[in-house]
Amino acid sequence: MEVQLSGTLRDAANGAGSIEVEARTIRELMQRVAERFPEMADSLQDEVAVSINGQVFRDAWNQEIPQDAEVFLMPRIPGG
Amino acid sequence: MQHDKTYTDQEFKLVGSRPLRPDGIDKVTGRARYGADMNAPGQLVGLVLRSPHAHAEIKKIDTSKAEKLAGVKAVITSADLPDLTNGDAGMFDTLENCMARDRALYDGHAVAAVAAVDDVTARAALKLIKVQYKKLKHVTDVDEAMKPSAPIVQPRIKDRETGEPTNVCGMTPFGHGDVEQGFAEADVVVERSYKTEQTHQGYIEPHACLATVGPDGQGELWVTTQGHFTFRNVCATLLGMDMAKLKVTSSEIGGGFGGKTHVWVEPVALALSRKANRPVKMVMTREEVFRATGPTCSTSMDIKIGATKDGKITAAEATVRYQDGAFPGIWGMLGGLTSFACYDLPNVKSVGIDVLVNRPKVAAYRAPSAPMAAFGVESTLDILAAEIGMNPVEFRLLNAAQEGTQSSYGPTYGPIGIKPTLEAVQKHPHMRAKLGKNQGRGMACGFWFNIGGQTCSDINIGTDGTVNLTVGTVDVGGARASLSLICAEELGIPYENVKCNVGDTGSLGHNDTTEGSRGTFSSGMATVFAAREAIEELKNRAAIMWDISADEVEWADGRAIAQGKKNSNLGELTLAEIARKSPNTGGPIAGHNEINADGAGVSFASHICDVEVDPETGSTRVIRYTVIQDAGKAIHPDYVEGQFQGGAAQGIGWALNEEYIYGEDGRLENPGFLDYRIPVCSDLPFIDTQILEIPNPTHPYGVRGVGETSIVPPLAAIGNAVSNAVGVRMNHVPMSPPRIRKAIKDAQAEEKAVSAG
Repeated sequence: MEVQLSGTLRDAANGAGSIEVEARTIRELMQRVAERFPEMADSLQDEVAVSINGQVFRDAWNQEIPQDAEVFLMPRIPGG
Repeated sequence: MQHDKTYTDQEFKLVGSRPLRPDGIDKVTGRARYGADMNAPGQLVGLVLRSPHAHAEIKKIDTSKAEKLAGVKAVITSADLPDLTNGDAGMFDTLENCMARDRALYDGHAVAAVAAVDDVTARAALKLIKVQYKKLKHVTDVDEAMKPSAPIVQPRIKDRETGEPTNVCGMTPFGHGDVEQGFAEADVVVERSYKTEQTHQGYIEPHACLATVGPDGQGELWVTTQGHFTFRNVCATLLGMDMAKLKVTSSEIGGGFGGKTHVWVEPVALALSRKANRPVKMVMTREEVFRATGPTCSTSMDIKIGATKDGKITAAEATVRYQDGAFPGIWGMLGGLTSFACYDLPNVKSVGIDVLVNRPKVAAYRAPSAPMAAFGVESTLDILAAEIGMNPVEFRLLNAAQEGTQSSYGPTYGPIGIKPTLEAVQKHPHMRAKLGKNQGRGMACGFWFNIGGQTCSDINIGTDGTVNLTVGTVDVGGARASLSLICAEELGIPYENVKCNVGDTGSLGHNDTTEGSRGTFSSGMATVFAAREAIEELKNRAAIMWDISADEVEWADGRAIAQGKKNSNLGELTLAEIARKSPNTGGPIAGHNEINADGAGVSFASHICDVEVDPETGSTRVIRYTVIQDAGKAIHPDYVEGQFQGGAAQGIGWALNEEYIYGEDGRLENPGFLDYRIPVCSDLPFIDTQILEIPNPTHPYGVRGVGETSIVPPLAAIGNAVSNAVGVRMNHVPMSPPRIRKAIKDAQAEEKAVSAG
């Protein structure tokens, strides 16, 4: 699947706006991305959320990702 | 058990009604216990010694005289808070902010603390602590801090390309399309720069806590906080304690708005208690709250938007610079993320820049970072609408995002409410009301993400049929009423039969902090699921009472109903009847739920504002204000409206008056409510509200968060209104009387110069 990168994650992926990753769940997605781009590993731990078809997931490793889904890696959002 | 989060459009009997809040009488009679209302036998008074310098090296701290003073039981410095953060940079920043190490980084930075038998002794002890400082050059302005010659706040932060120390600790781009091409296609392009000043959340209750740590390594913390589980985790980490052995109880909270999502004196209180082996109570003064907690950022920004003559935006670009205080943050990044989220833009680029200065560590403030960016963007949109001769509401409607729009920060939107709020603005009688002399009207839109997060709720049914609902999200705005309504709705019992409590950290699993408008969204979701588990158990118990199979029992309107012809003589059992027999049918009846409450729905609002400006003094009064916002589903409309009104009131103060003022020496000159003026009731009109309900598809009741978005549009709505009233564009918040007067005079001088040729 195509995973869109947001913000400074693009720097860690050598400027790429998106990357191709094979993953069925958020956990697999994180593992595959960290393997390919070790510079992202720390950010992926606790600074990144995953948007799947517009729905944002912060922590759930076991969340399934449909193969044709729109997937974004984006910053985790705090609040006030 | 897996539960379906999907919105089901169920019919409600209680949700949407307006019963009294369970904590109301306690709060109006003074019975409610806030942070400073708890005491313990033998408690000590804890006080902090703070840096009088904006930036200084700490050469030496001599605490010997203070330690010898009769009645002093403990004195601590950073040496008593060793680094146990295991390489976690963010956690180390928290530690260093709680107690300065080798350098004081802002006026008010803690450098030492004492615990003594009373306030007089503690104050005397602070005077006996001798700190040898070497003053360093400081910088407090965000633009100054970005200059190459600026004093460096954190030498460990290096420029990624040059490797040289820098105050720029983050630079994050977002967007899609080709903005250069988009601007080339525009008939009109408007480019403006704006500034906003630093403000404080202004919660009425200062930070306060009572800490107890014994020699056995067990501790308790009573504290005013938005997130007692987070406080537990952070304090335990900083002090090397086991999380399970530190019980944190959240007091009633007298306002937080993001400022009570972070620890400030709490680890210090625990460290003092551990050293003194006595309970230590700490209550910040208002001056300390201003100088040494977490206000929001001051900012400077450049906004550029282009459109065709028929009103279609072709490109939009924002560069926003936010100061984070003395420690790296993500506030500029958030400004970049939110800048253009209301609009459907083919070409958009925003860059959020985070900058270090010698000011307090910035904390979240209600939809953090969004109001400032909205001020720049929504002001520029009004200018652009005027230049192409289009009504500003129509202009926004023509370009508003909708379901299927790719957001400016990336993902594609599901069902959202920006267009409905703008359509409601168009229809609102406020827009047709006549304006008088020196009056102006403005409107603006706002966006906030909302978040979900880790959540855990318990339902316990008493043998009399009343119900305890225990949640772990601190109630900052009426959530106990809303969550009780949800619990009663699911179980089919009266609202009055539910008592909602906020459990301490020993009572429930981890709950994320009440921030990001998540309290009712996430605890509401967990409560729905916990109630549904309790109903399954109630059906099992009814089956036992009837000697039939559980799958022959249905639940409706708070009753178990036996299904099938053969059971037609069994009738119904109420929740109370089943609960009464629970000792005989298996023991207590309960329902629990622990979830990652993902699926928070984004939120939009549009505000309308009328102001009257005295052109001689520059004094501005807001004479009418209307908030229109999508709530998803308003569980308890009173408290939704209260959130709408509260955000607007804070935004009005921010827009017109509130401002951190630093002197040339880098010290804060107005750390008190006399000189930092928040609006009081007599400053405000009645704030009218209109709730829209566009259900969030990923919450069983359709709930979105409502707590934050209402503070996003006011700066811009008031800016547009003031600009329309005085005929001069305001580009600096707060629009205080001197700034308005100066803007009018500058415009008059410019006009004179032009006409003089």
